[in-house]
Amino acid sequence: MITFDTRLLAAFAFIAIAVMIIARIRISDVRGLFWFSFVFMVMNNILIYLFSPEHGVSIYGSRTEICHLFWRYYIVSEQLFYHLNVILKYMATIPVVIIFVSTTDPSEFASSLNRIGVSYRIAYSVSLALRYIPDIQRAYHDISIAQQARGLEMASRKQSILKRLKNATTMIFPLIISSMQRIEVIANAMELRGFGKGKKRTWYTARPFVAEDFICMGLCIVFLVASFLLNAVNGGRYFNPFV
Amino acid sequence: MENAVEFRNFGFKYKSQAEPTLFDINLQIRKGEKVLICGPSGCGKTTLAHCINGLIPASYPGDATGELFIDGQSFRDMDIFKLSKTVGTVLQDPDNQFIGLTVGEDIAFALENDAVALDAMKKMVGSAALQVGVMGHLGSAPYELSGGLKQRVSLAGVIVDNVSILLFDEPLANLDPAAGKSAIELIDDIHKATGNTTIIIEHRLEDVLHRDVDRIILMDSGRIIADMTPCELLCSDLLVKTGIREPLYITALKYAGVVIRQDINPQRIETLSLPTEDLEKVRSWYRSVPQAKTPDNREVILQAEGVDFSYEDGPRILKDIDISIGKGEMLSIVGPNGAGKTTFSKVVCGFEKLCGGRILLNGIDMAGMSIKERACHIGYVMQDPNQMICKNMIRDEVALGLTLEGKLSKEQIDKRVNSALKVCGLYPFRNWPVSALSYGQKKRVTIASILSMNPDLIILDEPTSGQDYRHYTDIMEFLRNLNGKGITIILITHDMHLMLEYCTRAVVLADSHKIADAPCEEILTDSEVVVRASLKETSLSELSVMCGIEDRTDFIRRFIAADREARS
Repeated sequence: MITFDTRLLAAFAFIAIAVMIIARIRISDVRGLFWFSFVFMVMNNILIYLFSPEHGVSIYGSRTEICHLFWRYYIVSEQLFYHLNVILKYMATIPVVIIFVSTTDPSEFASSLNRIGVSYRIAYSVSLALRYIPDIQRAYHDISIAQQARGLEMASRKQSILKRLKNATTMIFPLIISSMQRIEVIANAMELRGFGKGKKRTWYTARPFVAEDFICMGLCIVFLVASFLLNAVNGGRYFNPFV
Repeated sequence: MENAVEFRNFGFKYKSQAEPTLFDINLQIRKGEKVLICGPSGCGKTTLAHCINGLIPASYPGDATGELFIDGQSFRDMDIFKLSKTVGTVLQDPDNQFIGLTVGEDIAFALENDAVALDAMKKMVGSAALQVGVMGHLGSAPYELSGGLKQRVSLAGVIVDNVSILLFDEPLANLDPAAGKSAIELIDDIHKATGNTTIIIEHRLEDVLHRDVDRIILMDSGRIIADMTPCELLCSDLLVKTGIREPLYITALKYAGVVIRQDINPQRIETLSLPTEDLEKVRSWYRSVPQAKTPDNREVILQAEGVDFSYEDGPRILKDIDISIGKGEMLSIVGPNGAGKTTFSKVVCGFEKLCGGRILLNGIDMAGMSIKERACHIGYVMQDPNQMICKNMIRDEVALGLTLEGKLSKEQIDKRVNSALKVCGLYPFRNWPVSALSYGQKKRVTIASILSMNPDLIILDEPTSGQDYRHYTDIMEFLRNLNGKGITIILITHDMHLMLEYCTRAVVLADSHKIADAPCEEILTDSEVVVRASLKETSLSELSVMCGIEDRTDFIRRFIAADREARS
């Protein structure tokens, strides 16, 4: 995804959002991730403008001034168009990440990684890491309430950021100790059942390729080719409506 | 007959330790035998198990002396992978050993590692699931299942590989009494159906003996001190010497002056047959024990009225719970996993917000109180001490709450910390790092850190889980002592011995409701409550029936009175 072609990005964003709706992802489940990326996008745009208010001008090679704000900051059509591209880029990528995170079964992911040639040891560690995230969250919650009961304030706005950070690190200690114990147990359990003995293993969750998989892969290739083609046609990563 | 496992003058020393953990082990386990390895914590029984399944030396390196043969092959020619084809291990805590995301995937794990083709794998998983009775749950996530079902899934994951030796490492830890009972029955059924060699490591003797075992190997301080039939062992005084809890009916018979001998078949309450003069001995002992005093009415410290709770759009976890707790009481809250015991304590401490009803502390509604304000009166000790301890040094850990509070001077804090450390028997270790302590000692550190805050009431979640009888007695006697000093104690547990021996009253939660609130001995003789709460009847109750004593509740009550007398 190197392209900044506005038409292609708009198409991607449309498809990504459509797929998210088809996948019936509930916004309430991904609210955190959604807001995080939204805030990040806004910050990104503000910073681009602050540090490089004429970036669009250097990309598109023309300057259509709309009005002057103050000092070196103008409102320029090319810059506005560039910001539109940045926003579209977020809209094309974030839904894809959300779809991936909320529809991928860690075990199936591991078996697929293994199939495309990643060592099964690495594939399995990825899957284990993914599935232990909720466990660690639960442990963190339990530890945090137990510490609050001893007077450790976590959410209080009365404290400085530094103090709150220090309190949060206090809880890391028990979290690490209890996680290390879990790791020891799970590693033993895996070894006792023969994990790591052969060069190859099979997967209970393995699924044969079906027509839809080939169609999806085909579409991906089409998109990739399209972005390269447009790159050549546009003579760069950007689509320039100002010529 | 050939030996499945044979130790010859075997010894083992962990790399990280100065002294050996096992000495002079000579042990033969024949093929198809069912053997219990028993002993207090630190006796070396887990080390012995790790030698059999290959975790030693794979995960825990060290020096072995002597010889060990598994299925006729020397352990020196084997590695953990080769051994895993012969020895299947079911680990202690089913929760932490699930690898797969679904039951089916977890059962298949060993087959996946053997690169079995998908079709064959599904068939083998299906037949293993059928054998242990989890066929309907193949698609569920293991952590959604009840404790008993989890245990079945772990077992299926091992027998799917057609191993010839099954090794169970403390299969009863973390199971409620009813699930524990059915686990022992399942192990026995599988043993009978497959003819596998079965080795059970456990210190809860009475529960394992619910079904027959061929032999018991008793260990202490790294040595085998007995290798005999259950009947012979119960007739000896070795259990008392090593600090293993005898079955309760045996203790009762001893109090009554009955000599435990082989011709009365003492190995199980079902096989026990007492001659007339022994029955009369029990009856006359029963009559001679004085009636226990009923406690006086106490002032109420904590009162829950119509408490309702559910997580955001989740099912109700607590429905209309009324509990009244007297000042200075020692009370237990029991019930099956997921019945809401822990949730209730979280609501009391303010970790979760009530959805209905109210909770009064000394007559004042706690609705407006923050977690911190409640913590000045109510201390909460979590099940796993490792989840509570934040500081490196014991003294800092115990002082943490007071330091954060920042109200007292350094001298005052020192004074409070020292007295908490002394009460918990940790004063000599006050300048030690926490990591140097055993699990039980860490538990005491967490209790000390709560005590230093001077609470009126302490809630302990499973205070004795993972402890053998000696440490269990230590912790419980210590809590009884604290209770004697006027601190109210609430124990959340599914250990029936604990509630029977240390609490006068128990509240039973099941299916989100309070289903009983009565003296412990009444609860354990009420068969409806016993079933709904996943408890099981104590062998004392059967003993009283056998002796023709009609009032079972009174028999248990008098036994406990006599037992307290004998132990103090």
